[in-house]
Amino acid sequence: MDFKNMRFTREHEWVRLEGGDEVTIGVTDFASGELGDIVYIELPKVGAGVSASQSMGTIEAVKTVADLFAPVSGSVTAINGALEQGPDLVNKDPFGDGWFVRVRMSDRAEFDALMDHAAYQEMIGK
Amino acid sequence: MPYTYHTDDDRKAMLDALGLASEDELVSVIPEKHRVRGLLPIERGKTEPETLRKLFGLSETNNPAARLVSFLGGGVYDHTVPSVVKNIASRPEFATAYTPYQPEASQGTLQVIFEFQTHVARLTRLPIANASMYDGASALAEACLMAAKITRREIVLVPHALNPRYRRVLESYVTGQKIEIRPVPASDAGDVDLTALRGMLDDKVAAVVVQTPNYFGALERPWEFEKDVHAAGALLVASVDPVSLSLLKPPGEWGADIAVGECQPLGNDVSFGGPLVGFMACRTEFIRQMPGRIVSATHDIEGRPAFVLTLQTREQHIRREKATSNICTNQGLLATRATVYLSLLGEHGFTELGRVCHERARKLADAISACEGYSLRYRAPYFREFVVACPTDADAVVTAARAEGILAGVPLSRYFGAEGRNLLLVAVTEKHQDDDFEKFCAVLKRAAMVKVG
Amino acid sequence: MSHDFSGTIYGRSRPGRHGYHIASQPSAPPRDIPAEYLREGRIGLPEVSEPQVMRHYVELSTLNHHVDKDLFPLGSCTMKYNPKVNEDVASMVGFGGLHPEQSAADVQGALRVMHALEQQLAAISGMDAVTLQPAAGAQGEMTGLLLARAYFASRGEARRKVLVPDSAHGTNPATATVTGFETHTFRSGKDGRVDMGVLESVLDDDVAVLMLTVPNTLGLFETHIAEIVEAVHRKGGLCYMDGANMNALMGQARPGDFGFDMMHYNLHKTFSTPHGGGGPGSGPVAVKSHLEPFLPTPRVVQRDGEFHLDYNRPHTIGALHSFFGNFGIYLRAYTYITRLGADGIRRASSTAILNANYLAKRIAAAYPIPYGERCMHEFVATGEPLKKHGVRTLDVAKRLLDFGFYAPTVYFPLTVPEALMVEPTETESKETLDRFADTLLEIAREAVASPEVLTSAPTRTPVRRVDETTANRNPVVTVPMDA
Repeated sequence: MDFKNMRFTREHEWVRLEGGDEVTIGVTDFASGELGDIVYIELPKVGAGVSASQSMGTIEAVKTVADLFAPVSGSVTAINGALEQGPDLVNKDPFGDGWFVRVRMSDRAEFDALMDHAAYQEMIGK
Repeated sequence: MPYTYHTDDDRKAMLDALGLASEDELVSVIPEKHRVRGLLPIERGKTEPETLRKLFGLSETNNPAARLVSFLGGGVYDHTVPSVVKNIASRPEFATAYTPYQPEASQGTLQVIFEFQTHVARLTRLPIANASMYDGASALAEACLMAAKITRREIVLVPHALNPRYRRVLESYVTGQKIEIRPVPASDAGDVDLTALRGMLDDKVAAVVVQTPNYFGALERPWEFEKDVHAAGALLVASVDPVSLSLLKPPGEWGADIAVGECQPLGNDVSFGGPLVGFMACRTEFIRQMPGRIVSATHDIEGRPAFVLTLQTREQHIRREKATSNICTNQGLLATRATVYLSLLGEHGFTELGRVCHERARKLADAISACEGYSLRYRAPYFREFVVACPTDADAVVTAARAEGILAGVPLSRYFGAEGRNLLLVAVTEKHQDDDFEKFCAVLKRAAMVKVG
Repeated sequence: MSHDFSGTIYGRSRPGRHGYHIASQPSAPPRDIPAEYLREGRIGLPEVSEPQVMRHYVELSTLNHHVDKDLFPLGSCTMKYNPKVNEDVASMVGFGGLHPEQSAADVQGALRVMHALEQQLAAISGMDAVTLQPAAGAQGEMTGLLLARAYFASRGEARRKVLVPDSAHGTNPATATVTGFETHTFRSGKDGRVDMGVLESVLDDDVAVLMLTVPNTLGLFETHIAEIVEAVHRKGGLCYMDGANMNALMGQARPGDFGFDMMHYNLHKTFSTPHGGGGPGSGPVAVKSHLEPFLPTPRVVQRDGEFHLDYNRPHTIGALHSFFGNFGIYLRAYTYITRLGADGIRRASSTAILNANYLAKRIAAAYPIPYGERCMHEFVATGEPLKKHGVRTLDVAKRLLDFGFYAPTVYFPLTVPEALMVEPTETESKETLDRFADTLLEIAREAVASPEVLTSAPTRTPVRRVDETTANRNPVVTVPMDA
């Protein structure tokens, strides 16, 4: 796994730069492991505006629910429709098919300020 | 001491294990200034026979409707409660269990709820139902809050002929919310004024409430305005009497998004109006916005069919301030009675119940209409309850009837002021016999004479 | 995997079978209701016989654990023995046969019971007035916060905040939201109680209500209760007591004397009405006199020796229930309190406290109690030490089912990892407590010797562990029409 273009948040989300000012967002394998079987994901609508650190959706396991915080500000350009029928993708392939949304960033500096992979690994004690 | 079983030796052994000399030391954590000195100002305890004698004496100072001829309804109805229903509900396995948090030791309760949900879904023809609500009134209030959350809108249109007690509960429930309740007038036939309703629909309306039969007993025609409601982007919230669904078109077939109602008439006592038991059903897409407990079918690890509470992340114990509602329990034992009742009556018996209730109601309505000075107030069709226009104050009729052992009905002045002065709401069930009707009509005739005199 | 519904009442249905007849004559569809109003086709209800119904539900009943069978140590739920005499009273025709629209003259006995129960509850709480109306504890909380809203509105204030500690029941924050307040959760102190410094730091002029469970969900009495209440009052706020744990206080101490402005009871817990597999409950609210004008209507009042229902209260918050609340539950609670009396009530709470402390002491070596062994009527232990054997608290809970007990409340409060919240109640004998403690200790030994026994438990229950994930991903909440 190449983590070079990826940044991480304290809420265990990953953000991958896709070129230009667009990023893909998901949760880490650590997060999906802690939550257990994920049963439902509520995502924002395509075109919706999101602001950094604000909730943009929820991720639900059997007995817990977590807010999905926008790591960066911008507008949603795509959502992973496969999660509606297959929320288990987040457990099976958190960095791949289990992605959540794509966002066009309004402020690149927000991305740059996030943790890199090494810092994130340190945070989760690996 | 009732219901505690330690011998003195037990207590001593337990205190010894704790290294304590007296039980008093255990409550010493409560500051002395806050401790109750001596006994509270409540009578000393009684034996069971003494207690029973006292309570029986109190019960006998009541004159229960059950011992009179009663035409009282208005949301609570006196139907036959089959012996099987009482017998099953009194089983400690159902009565003394609690919320089925551990599904492996609670399959009985869970499956009963699942069957309850299925019964409700079939009566309403909506695909989703929950484990029950406190009563029909709070179920309606919760449905309106749910609709406001789904639509992110603020106005709820409520018919004039909504049960006034439901309206009060709804008003209290929305106090802290940005929700405005607007009344929709009734037509002269007793149902919703369609023109007025259409004029009130706009893009701020979250929900249109329709109650059928409404408080006046009149049947609504929601199919006449369902398209307008949805075209305005609002949800259609139905409050329905489950007994009427034995005969009447179910809300799921006339476009209701959420249906609620009161299951007391399904095998539960009138019990001075409580406990009651509400139900809620909705379209599939709203399941995650629904309040209350929900049971799903599933399997155990060996593949055996099993049932379990589901979608608990909606609920207060997990989602806390973001929960769909603060409701914590359902009305388990009353829902159990409703479940057994519907299973027992079944397709045939329940259909028969609706037919007999209506046939009896029509017989009485015809007889009353034939009494000089009395008529049915509204033209709209009715199910088992209707409003009688009296030649005198309905209160006077009620008083005259009570003197002869008859509870004539609910005088509408109780809720609608001067508008209801000579109006009487009369409910009929399968329990009424022809001689009840004869007695009632005789009383009505005499009450009319008093007025003339 | 597809679902098999053959074991439901629908699976037992056979076309043409009748269970119960309403009429002796065949009935006909109504002729006077126009066809557009009428249902077409079948309703879809089952067709079964009366004996089938009996056997079906008796069979289902045997799948339940219940308190008449054995210990039900569910923390915060007060699963005590439910006296059977209460049921006899509730089914007296003079009570059960009352219609709520009958005139006051016909229901004097019922109103007298309600009035007397209000007085008993006022005496036990040290409050001035009681409304019985809320249908459950959560609706009692809602009533309390609506009272606070009305109280502040009457003083021209619009305070927005409700404070709750992190150990609070989920209903507290959920109720704050439903009533239009903002929840502010504050951290408990190191001893599990309210930390005065933390409380002072979150108190301001925008705080409407502090909601506090006493004793708290850790089973601990708030030793600084008077100071806590005073601090909130100094800022003009109100204090609400969640009375879920009144079984520890009744007859010992009174929330009104601590300074609380209002509280709710859970009649089904403290006063032993059957929990019915999840209800009905009853959540009366007791208040000090400054909140009395706002109570829901109708109020039961006594005038000239007669009881009346008074709706004429201009400042009322309105109504929470279709009629007068869960009257059938009042009868049971009133019977219970009457039977126990002031002496019995005091004895019941002190025995509940004794039982909890004894049980805590007996199991603490295997299941440590992070906030100390000395508790009120319940305690919170942790299954943390078993984790290194690959065993979680959930596994302990499931294994208890194999031994014929119900499980304690698990994973609550949120402030204790791997929490086991145990409330034995006063109606359990020493033998039962010892048997339960021995079983928990045996399970702790199993966790070391053969952890797989725990992780695969239960094996002796009617079904084994159920698949909750599938039920959450694809809930199936009814028997489909075509099944």
